[in-house]
Amino acid sequence: MKQAEVLIIGGGPAGLSAAIEAAKKGCQVTIVEANREAGGQLVKQTHKFFGSSQHHAGERGIDIVKTLIRQCGELGVEIMTDSVVAGIYDGKVIAVDHQLSLTEHEFIRIQAKKLIISTGASENAVRFPGWTLPGVMGAGAVQTMCNVHHVLPGKKILMIGSGSVGLIVSYQMMQAGAEIVGIIEALPHINGYAVHASKLTREGVPIYTGYTVKEAIGTDHVEKAVIAKVNPDWSLVPGSEITLDTDIIAIGAGLKPLTGMAYMAGCDFVFDKALGGWAPAHNKHMESTVDGVFVCGDTTGLEEASTAIEEGTLAGLGAAQSLGHVDEKTAEEENAAGWKRLNALRSGFKGEERVIAKNKQLREYEAYKGEEARA
Amino acid sequence: MSFMDHGIIELEELTSIGHYPSEERMRKGPVAVAECLQKIPCNPCESSCPFHAITIGEDISQLPCIDFEKCVGCSTCVTHCSGLAIFILNKSYSDTVGSVGFPYEYLMNFKKGDRVKAANRAGEYVCDATVKNIVLNEKSDHTAIVTLEVPIDQVDEVRTVYRERSK
Amino acid sequence: MRVLKHPIFGEEKDIDWVTIYYNGKPMKAKKGEMILAALHAQGIIVNRYTAKRHEPRGIFCGIGQCTDCMMVVNGMPNVRTCITPVEEGMTVDTQDGYGKWEGDAK
Repeated sequence: MKQAEVLIIGGGPAGLSAAIEAAKKGCQVTIVEANREAGGQLVKQTHKFFGSSQHHAGERGIDIVKTLIRQCGELGVEIMTDSVVAGIYDGKVIAVDHQLSLTEHEFIRIQAKKLIISTGASENAVRFPGWTLPGVMGAGAVQTMCNVHHVLPGKKILMIGSGSVGLIVSYQMMQAGAEIVGIIEALPHINGYAVHASKLTREGVPIYTGYTVKEAIGTDHVEKAVIAKVNPDWSLVPGSEITLDTDIIAIGAGLKPLTGMAYMAGCDFVFDKALGGWAPAHNKHMESTVDGVFVCGDTTGLEEASTAIEEGTLAGLGAAQSLGHVDEKTAEEENAAGWKRLNALRSGFKGEERVIAKNKQLREYEAYKGEEARA
Repeated sequence: MSFMDHGIIELEELTSIGHYPSEERMRKGPVAVAECLQKIPCNPCESSCPFHAITIGEDISQLPCIDFEKCVGCSTCVTHCSGLAIFILNKSYSDTVGSVGFPYEYLMNFKKGDRVKAANRAGEYVCDATVKNIVLNEKSDHTAIVTLEVPIDQVDEVRTVYRERSK
Repeated sequence: MRVLKHPIFGEEKDIDWVTIYYNGKPMKAKKGEMILAALHAQGIIVNRYTAKRHEPRGIFCGIGQCTDCMMVVNGMPNVRTCITPVEEGMTVDTQDGYGKWEGDAK
């Protein structure tokens, strides 16, 4: 059976950062990545990131990912692409389905000493009459088509949701030459950062706060969207409908952690709305309630690529420490520095609720471990 | 706060907290204004300023505070601002003409010297303008700085090139 | 619609093309791009029709998670076109319902 000292499931910003940190400390690292290339959603982030000089601030995601992959290469990290984890068994044996071609697969079993789960998140859908029509798609799908494949799926786009994703993707579609016919937001206010909204409003994009989508109209694809005002009880305001010509309705209604792997590994979970739903509890080393299984990035609560990078670094350090590759004192110092960088990103207008939710996860870990010890 | 309702910052929201240069300062020469009114964990504007005119501090989510006396309007911060929220204002040319510099990350269908339509923070056409300068180099990492020459009373209003929308 | 000129990515030049066959008709596709991208570049956005109600489906997630973009590729049904790259001479057909197996894929 193939052996891996540290096996990482998911090669996005968290997984790559975990790999870099673990490999720097002397671990033999393998990343199992489902897609053709590692990088996760960073490969479509063409905007410059927030943060400070400690966190790639001012760099575009598409450039950050190149740095991370280059570092992995220099450190001898093995990246298995086109490889889907099909099962996690006792004793950290992983079954991997490696796709060789359209019709050929091979199954590979890997015995891991430590496991790091960094599988990211998936987009939430919004259901409304007509939502299955071609042309209604995730905001992430529009972004993938445009920024990865360099194809615009439509010329006129209605964006549902004014969170970070809705605002940033709208901006990026305009950069590629599409028109944003409007951004609708069911809340009475813009949900993302105002600077991202201002970039759009000064280009004339209308942002309809307090509106939702009522219906998508079209025969074989979207031709029109009907939007309407929402009451505080989420019912529609009669007569408030506006019909917009559009060929794409993009759904930017938040994401939820992709937790299948953590469930399969037997991790204990915590629910918090601020983290996008259920996510595995962990300690300050990002170790889950299952010994030797670490979790990081959006898998363990919805945040941003920059926080995923910091959590990944902590997880890589934690794995290396538990394998004895780094002395206690150095590990503790570097862990504290990592949390300082992480907390800097969890400050400000959007940060407070995330800090509360993250503390809840840390407390749940302690409570679970306490119960385990008593039993 | 009104800008959270529709995304359009009002001039008064900036002036009321002292985050907008005085008329007197703008008359002296170019100066930066950060139209950033929300606590964001972000400080490249501070670290990029060669004149140490921008202060955010240890807590990187504090609002950027520009010392308008130290600022010379060099525009380094404009391309470093990830939120594309910094503008360079100048009312020093004459009593009738001023300029507005802004970050621009779209394909450009204009060049230096062209007459274009200028838009305000709401994307509305406010006046005609002349493209005074376009800076796009290695250091700007694909964020151009476009400077428009506009009537002096429009310097506080103009924030981009007007974009036609289909009806 | 292809985005050949972009403020961040710059201008795309010297594209290598392959030919694929969409519902029997030859079509140009960029070498190595996903089938779905090649179709979108030509404005084709319906990938399949559902089994029960015969409703059209097109891209939803774009990253191989949702299966809305499945088509019959080289005679093999249920291929996620958003994560399957084109190959010279590949046949890509609109899928009806669950699709039919049309012999071993090439």
